[in-house]
Amino acid sequence: MIALSRKRVLPGFSLSLGITLLYVSLILLLPMSSLVGQLSTLSWEQYWNIITDPRHIASYKVTVGTALAASLANAVFGLLLAWVLVRYEFPGKRILDALMDLPFALPTAVAGITLATLYSQNGAIGELLAPYGIEVAYTWVGIVLAMAFTSIPFVVRTVQPVLEDLPGQIDEAALTLGASNGYAFRRVIMPHIWPALVTGTGLAFARSLGEYGAVIFIAGNMPYKTEITSLMIAVRLEEYDYAGAAAIASVVLAVSLFLLLAINIWQARFYKRLHGGRG
Amino acid sequence: MSIRLNNISRRFGATTALHPLSLDIKQGELIGLLGPSGSGKTTLLRIMAGLESPNSGTIHFGERDVTHVHVRKRRVGFVFQNYALFKHMTVAENVAFGLKARPRSERPSHRDIRERVLGLLQKVRLEALAERYPAQLSGGQQQRVALARALAVEPDVLLLDEPFGALDAKVRIELRRWLRHLHDEFGFTSVFVTHDQEEALELSDRVVVMSEGRIEQIDTPHQLYRHPANRFVFEFLGETNRLEGEIVNGVLTNGEARLTLPGATGSRAEVLLRPHEVRLAESFDEHAHLPVKVSAISPVGAEVRVELEANWMSDPWQATMTHHDYEQLTPTRGTRLYAHPTRQHRFDLDYAI
Repeated sequence: MIALSRKRVLPGFSLSLGITLLYVSLILLLPMSSLVGQLSTLSWEQYWNIITDPRHIASYKVTVGTALAASLANAVFGLLLAWVLVRYEFPGKRILDALMDLPFALPTAVAGITLATLYSQNGAIGELLAPYGIEVAYTWVGIVLAMAFTSIPFVVRTVQPVLEDLPGQIDEAALTLGASNGYAFRRVIMPHIWPALVTGTGLAFARSLGEYGAVIFIAGNMPYKTEITSLMIAVRLEEYDYAGAAAIASVVLAVSLFLLLAINIWQARFYKRLHGGRG
Repeated sequence: MSIRLNNISRRFGATTALHPLSLDIKQGELIGLLGPSGSGKTTLLRIMAGLESPNSGTIHFGERDVTHVHVRKRRVGFVFQNYALFKHMTVAENVAFGLKARPRSERPSHRDIRERVLGLLQKVRLEALAERYPAQLSGGQQQRVALARALAVEPDVLLLDEPFGALDAKVRIELRRWLRHLHDEFGFTSVFVTHDQEEALELSDRVVVMSEGRIEQIDTPHQLYRHPANRFVFEFLGETNRLEGEIVNGVLTNGEARLTLPGATGSRAEVLLRPHEVRLAESFDEHAHLPVKVSAISPVGAEVRVELEANWMSDPWQATMTHHDYEQLTPTRGTRLYAHPTRQHRFDLDYAI
């Protein structure tokens, strides 16, 4: 160890890496390994039966479908928000900017209750929509809404700095070459922010998969219709069925992990090209 | 295509970037806009391109009034200071961008685009690097890609913003000569912005010297250097030696220094000299009595550079002498000599910098 640290010019390697590993172990790996520990009490057959329970399968479908809808909506509107925040000057810009972090700061349960009250049939907005036969609260639309609310900062906050760093004048260059606004956006600006947008959307999706607090109040939680996977886990926990909860959680975990890893690998390849193959 | 600017002005909020100015550029000319930073030269270039709009005035390309024509339709080739290449596209894709961006009805066929791109890349000597990405190229190569990309759309005029600013000295000189050849070969009208007087003087047919949003002088490099219109132009174009003093009976006097000024009136005068306009000798004569002490010698290059000090100078003078004269005179540090102006420039003293 001493020999190793002597060879390095930058000081503090062993100390900083040691603390990092300790922290990661305590905060991330220990809870994860206890999850695996819980799983190990199940046989393969039991595990398979739990994760393929029809009610659980239905919850996967609801969760993935709504999370997908929410993150795609956030991709579009988050990009627009980031664009507006970076490209234009207008009164109240700072307030709008600060507002973007609100979903992170607000307890998600509060958000869920607020949304449920607003959109229920006698809520302020629900009342307006009801005559048109549009129901938001206690349907999958409500779930999408709650998920979109809690995950919008991911898209805005990942795209915003990349837009700010957009190489100066590349859009002007596109215009002098005769490109229309749409063509310049598609061919010049979009490729630059694409990795950030995909990452932000991926994060928003992963967050939506696991969202509990905001969703359960507006979802209605009807079996096979508006039950999300997090709720299935919570139900198992209330029954002290830790192994069952862990089994369902492992599915969510695997999907999120796979998604984030895939985005990371894809992004590394994309950036390699931008930096001329030098990583 | 000729460019005619009439009464162009531009304000940014409370500050005036350009005072109303007019400029005529002939077909096929290569014009350098020269000035210190903040002189408005880049703003003027961007107004020609249509990237900024003027607060007043008109712009004509040939007979076409382009004042209100969008940059997209103005048919200008613009080379940006940092090249603004599309990093996610290969060199060939960068060059093809302007052709592919055209509406379907005007777009050349894939084969025509490929041939045109290849032809341009040969012109800028980058055909071997067509499939590389910009990050894999040197600064000079990126500059040439930017130029090829701008030329691909066959612009009426070519505008270059500090085209060599980010390159090292050797590449800069090479590219400068190459650009001059390219310009002569294609015969288009070009305008480039620079703060480097050497670059402007070497490359341009005519130089437009700007300062604080105004045009100070428009002239050929030769005329500009020999007959600067005012003190700003003189000082900006090269090293300047200064002698200031009182006029006593037609003689400029400052301490020990005396210099005959034929036809001098008023009580004070100022004389400016280039380093090569200072001759050094061991004696003085009836016209000039300018005692100096040699403080540094640099015998590098075609000429020997000598730095001179005296208590009548506000700043040390720079003089150049031939190696032949240097060997005759053999000055060393501390040698006392007399300076003789071979040519002198006088501008109004109340012209303030």
